[in-house]
Amino acid sequence: MGERVLFFVLAIVAILSAGGVVFSRNPVRSALLLVLNFFTLALIYFSLSAQFIGVLQVIVYAGAIMVLFLFVIMLLNLGSPDAMPQERDLKRPLAYLIGFGILATLVSQSLALLIPATPQASPDVGTARVIGLALFTQWAYPLLLMGVLLTVGVIGSILLARRRAS
Amino acid sequence: MDAVPLNAYLILSAFLFVMGAIGVIVKRNPIVMFMCIELMLNAVNLTFLAFARYQTELLTQVAGHVFVLFVFGVAAAEVAVGLGIITVIFRLRESIDVDEVTLLRG
Repeated sequence: MGERVLFFVLAIVAILSAGGVVFSRNPVRSALLLVLNFFTLALIYFSLSAQFIGVLQVIVYAGAIMVLFLFVIMLLNLGSPDAMPQERDLKRPLAYLIGFGILATLVSQSLALLIPATPQASPDVGTARVIGLALFTQWAYPLLLMGVLLTVGVIGSILLARRRAS
Repeated sequence: MDAVPLNAYLILSAFLFVMGAIGVIVKRNPIVMFMCIELMLNAVNLTFLAFARYQTELLTQVAGHVFVLFVFGVAAAEVAVGLGIITVIFRLRESIDVDEVTLLRG
């Protein structure tokens, strides 16, 4: 019972903060609501017995990526709400049509599932030991490719943001 | 012991994904569009972890967690490159309204 109540509260907070990100006119307020959304998702990950991923969610998303967002918002002076008009009115009905189409499809598909409805995983699946063991044995080559991708991304962003030498 | 059913996680992640999709279409500020893309990626991560919890074999359970790690890496690279592109566009024309960026229009 307690688990369901906790999930319900966290889900309400997650959906409300996601709506705030989308419908807030102030980019800084969007970024801070996104941090709240990441924290509630991290708590949901904990309740899914994914401790390692939950901690990484807080460190990587709520720490590194959100600092990058806020840094660029303040660097480019986009913090004021009337820096630019936020919504393009012509595409709004189309966006809602597409969104509710996707939502109806996903919900109707997820209501009929073939997977057993009771949780199967033992609680130590989400520990750093089990994940690290799988990551460095079975998934070693994808991990190396991920390192290459991150290196290329960092070098590319440095080249993009550098001032031209002329 | 009544755990949360798998459908609940999937419906929550569907809501989050659709909010992100609506935001990407509606917004004109590219930074807020990036935030909405992050929302969509997190919704997908939630489905990965929920499905991993309900698998029966240890190998497939850990595979779900590993996939979430890869999504983290892709999101970090995407944010770094995307914010670099935004700063370059801002330096070129002092405005980053995505409707006014038509450099690649033939």
